[in-house]
Amino acid sequence: MKIQNRVIDEKGFERTLIRLAHEILERNKGADKLALVGIRTRGEFLAKRIGNKIREIENKEIQIGFIDITLYRDDLREKLNQPILKGTQIPFDVKDKDIILIDDVLFTGRTIRAALDELIDLGRPASIQLAVLVDRGHRELPIKADFVGKNIPTSPDEKIRVLMQEIDGEDGVVIVKEGKLL
Amino acid sequence: MPLASRHLLGLEGVPKEDIQLILDTATSFREILERPIKKVPTLQGMTIVNLFFESSTRTRISFELAERRLSADVVNFSADLSSVKKGETLKDTARNIEAMKIDMVVMRHAAVGAAHFLTRVIKAIIINAGDGTHEHPTQALLDMYSIREKLGKIEGLNICIVGDISHSRVALSNIYGLKTMGANVAVCGPKTLIPREIGKLGVKIFYSVDEAIKWANVLNVLRIQLERQDRAFFPSLREYRQYFAITKERLDKSEKQITILHPGPINRDVELSAEVADSEHSLILQQVLNGVAVRMAVLYLLGTRSESK
Repeated sequence: MKIQNRVIDEKGFERTLIRLAHEILERNKGADKLALVGIRTRGEFLAKRIGNKIREIENKEIQIGFIDITLYRDDLREKLNQPILKGTQIPFDVKDKDIILIDDVLFTGRTIRAALDELIDLGRPASIQLAVLVDRGHRELPIKADFVGKNIPTSPDEKIRVLMQEIDGEDGVVIVKEGKLL
Repeated sequence: MPLASRHLLGLEGVPKEDIQLILDTATSFREILERPIKKVPTLQGMTIVNLFFESSTRTRISFELAERRLSADVVNFSADLSSVKKGETLKDTARNIEAMKIDMVVMRHAAVGAAHFLTRVIKAIIINAGDGTHEHPTQALLDMYSIREKLGKIEGLNICIVGDISHSRVALSNIYGLKTMGANVAVCGPKTLIPREIGKLGVKIFYSVDEAIKWANVLNVLRIQLERQDRAFFPSLREYRQYFAITKERLDKSEKQITILHPGPINRDVELSAEVADSEHSLILQQVLNGVAVRMAVLYLLGTRSESK
């Protein structure tokens, strides 16, 4: 992996999560009906982190679930590597909740389409909002994020990697020139 | 890593990683079965034929539910209503069905090796749902899934298969799968219902059910298949019950908690007493539920397996 440019460092990462937590609370006027759903893999850890921030700010519990969108992908039979299922774990009823869907990078929008379909199969939430750490553009579907950590304009051949303590041993966002994504 | 083979014909020779992958994948599908909408779009556009040359209710319904819950298109074929009665060969039946552009065939057939034969005559992905007295891989997988779910592991457990071993495809698939996963496997039954050469597969043999109970953590109790027995292998059902039925009195003699499995349908109070069948240590109904999840896992892993590997 050749790191071309570090766009968010460790401190910036932390500040971005705090800001996202505040924005989510502000827009929804508190955390009463809120529930966070992270898209696996990195969205899972982002959801846990943002959940912790919301607990600290509001001094209230917030429900967190994780979603594995593999079974809803539109390219499942075209991919060379069969993805390993990590499973969906939503330990609460989504009905009438304001769901904040959380992912690391918003790119084509296809992952979000799959996640929306899966969430709606689980019940009828009051609303679904989208929070992403990075929006890198190049959408292929009419999808837009409600909360964005950072907009990073990229060329299609560049790769954005979100690094997280839990998986990579450090926090940050980098643009990678060569090497595999994930 | 995708599965090593593009078909599931049996568990003989299937690597440990593949069994592990199927069982792990099935966990994700168990969650889907708890949802209000028990369906995912994964195999949309795929056509699967259930080709049943032998009667089956449970297995066919389980496969069909698994297929539908993955959004595949399903066609059912059963021999008693079909051209087989008019004298068509298996090869012709299969080729005709394939000509209608199908992707996968789930087959049950009375002949040993029928599923293997099918892989040579048509291009579709083949899943063996039982070939004669040979193998029934998805049943063994769901048995292993149920054991792992209840006891947290398979490796190192003492698992004894009780009953008619000679006529049982469930027994053979279980032996292959469980041995691969590191369990200690035994069989128990009347001498006439245990194949002479079975010891070569590395299993222990018990002719006394009390000794088997003393040894085992898990008993997989098989149905006495009267319809497959062309001779008298034991004098009477009453005598079989006397010597081999799993009853509460027999289980109570063991200090260990013994988990009971049965592939169904049960002959109540023949091989298994009603009291044991309905007890909390019996996994019979979980096996049925897990069967759908395990079959979804197999269909998913084979249906989305990339051809270029």
